[in-house]
Amino acid sequence: MDWKTLQADLFDRGYVAGDELAMALHLSVALGKPLLLEGAAGTGKTQIAKTLAELFDTRLIRLQCYEGLDASAAIYEWNYQRQLLSIRAAAESHETGSDIEERIFSEKFLLQRPLLEAIRQDRPPVLLIDEIDRADEEFEAYLLEVLSDFQVSIPELGTITAKTRPYVILTANGARDLSDALRRRCLYAFVDYPDRVTELAILAKRNPGLDARLAEQIVGVVQALRKEDLEKKPGVAEMLDWAAALAGLGVNDLADDPKQVQATLVCLLKTQADRAAVPIEVQQRLVGKAA
Amino acid sequence: MRATRFPARAVGVADRMAGFMAHLRLNGLPAGLPEAETALRALERIAPTDPGEVRLALKAICANDADRRARFDELFDAYWLDAGRIRQRPAQGADRGRPAPRQTSNLAAATASADGRGTADAPETSGDGEADMSGEGRLVASRLANLRKTDLRALATPEELAAAETIAYRLARAMHDRRSRRRKAARRGAQLDLRRIARHSVARGGEPLILLRRRRPERPVHIVALLDVSGSMTVYARVLLSFVRGLTSADSRTDAYLFHTRLVRISDALRDHDTLRAAGRMSMMAEGFGGGTRIGANLKAFNEQYARHGVGGRTVVLILSDGYDTDPPELIDAALCRLKKRGCRIVWLNPLKGWKDYAPVARGMAAALPHLDLFAPAATLDDLAALEPVLAGL
Repeated sequence: MDWKTLQADLFDRGYVAGDELAMALHLSVALGKPLLLEGAAGTGKTQIAKTLAELFDTRLIRLQCYEGLDASAAIYEWNYQRQLLSIRAAAESHETGSDIEERIFSEKFLLQRPLLEAIRQDRPPVLLIDEIDRADEEFEAYLLEVLSDFQVSIPELGTITAKTRPYVILTANGARDLSDALRRRCLYAFVDYPDRVTELAILAKRNPGLDARLAEQIVGVVQALRKEDLEKKPGVAEMLDWAAALAGLGVNDLADDPKQVQATLVCLLKTQADRAAVPIEVQQRLVGKAA
Repeated sequence: MRATRFPARAVGVADRMAGFMAHLRLNGLPAGLPEAETALRALERIAPTDPGEVRLALKAICANDADRRARFDELFDAYWLDAGRIRQRPAQGADRGRPAPRQTSNLAAATASADGRGTADAPETSGDGEADMSGEGRLVASRLANLRKTDLRALATPEELAAAETIAYRLARAMHDRRSRRRKAARRGAQLDLRRIARHSVARGGEPLILLRRRRPERPVHIVALLDVSGSMTVYARVLLSFVRGLTSADSRTDAYLFHTRLVRISDALRDHDTLRAAGRMSMMAEGFGGGTRIGANLKAFNEQYARHGVGGRTVVLILSDGYDTDPPELIDAALCRLKKRGCRIVWLNPLKGWKDYAPVARGMAAALPHLDLFAPAATLDDLAALEPVLAGL
């Protein structure tokens, strides 16, 4: 499969990927290297993993990172409650100590967390490590180890080696600098806000019933809004929400009912300051330009 | 940008690819053997004769952050498509101590560089950060940036710098140690926790066998330092940089940034234990060091990019700048206002304030004043040392 085919396949499944992203994704799949995606919130970084899983007809295993994420939440943990209960029960059946130990440190008592789960699948899954920059550096180091060897050692069980190599996608949006070691281990693509044509294609794909003229207007306004001085720029997801809202309200032309359109801007502008920055006059100016 | 000379007898793809990696390294991208190997493997999976595809593939492999990605196309063109060599001129004077950039064997390059000898003085424009990013004039812009990479290794006397660092370290320690006003249960502490003692003694027939305690937990203050290294600040920049280094060494959560026309995060570079390497990293980041200032725009960029995660109610934002700004003062006003909403305290240290009869008349400075919790001089080391009790009580 070459990268153009991949791009077309993604398109069929509703994801419009630019050349850079499609190439990076293709190489990541072909060479078995993790792919690091960076970009502002709402540009579809997480969605690409979902679409890829759908395309390969495989599982999506997701690890959401947060500050304080540790190995027991990311890789594996023993089921302590169950172990305790089992020890209690064993005491009554006069089982020997070593038997108990062997039993309670077996697969049955192991809780798999996303990383371990991902390397034990029969069919290579898509492993999405979301917002890696939120996890702390110690975890990053641990992740590096797992990503380079695709094996996990559990002292009580031994080393578990990957049956299949998952397709790994990492996303980050700049909460902190990632280490060069991690960056160099990955392929890289920057996911920017889509340009006008791409965004129109996305909208047409996701909301096919929409009137072409209205779609032009919607995309025009959103593109213009991103150029305004806002605290939170509306992403693609917000644009789709807004389009759905307008379609649901039966709006055919943004210039028809400024008040109603203004009310629907809640879909795009998510802070009070941003709402104040786009009063009805500004909104009409943007609509006028977009038309 | 420095162009790499083609090896006269490059045999095959592998050689050219290794040359490209060397070219990237020379221009500050970390590319090496692993990248070259990946790139060669990647070529098998694409159409290796299509420049567009190869460009996309190599970009995904070698350009591994947003900054590098923005510069990659230009470097790619320079190596594979022979662009960029024409503008290549030896940097005279500006890169003392460095071996002269290698000349290309290209005749055009040779003549161009001969023409250039008389006019090697780079014009002092301050807006090159922008020009870097878009369209025409890219090569010129990046060449300028390279000339301006100021070497931070040749600092003022080492003793002075060490003194500044020590002062900063003490300052940061003094600010850091802060305790909560409330008390919480703890294993060790000054006060007995009678409530818990009573509860636990119920199980023991009312005997208070275990003494439980309470203490005031620590609520450390974090420092975020923003250092202005524009032209007007160059004389102070070196000492202040050591000062910032001192701040970062006191606490691993301290964040430090440089700004001139752009904002650069330098916390990691400052923490590098290898001082020589740290200095190297710093001078790489300091492209545009000593150029114009855009305080407002940089504060805005800081708000948008970093403040969300790094600044909260227990943060002190330390701005070290003289307040001379080329942006309109409204920008500073708005940016500081927004920063203040995060609940942090803002301290502005101005080296000019130490001067006699100084009044904050620079428009940027005047706009900032209403938002500051503390506006203090930073002209001498004594000024900095005197801050300790003030900052500790902030």
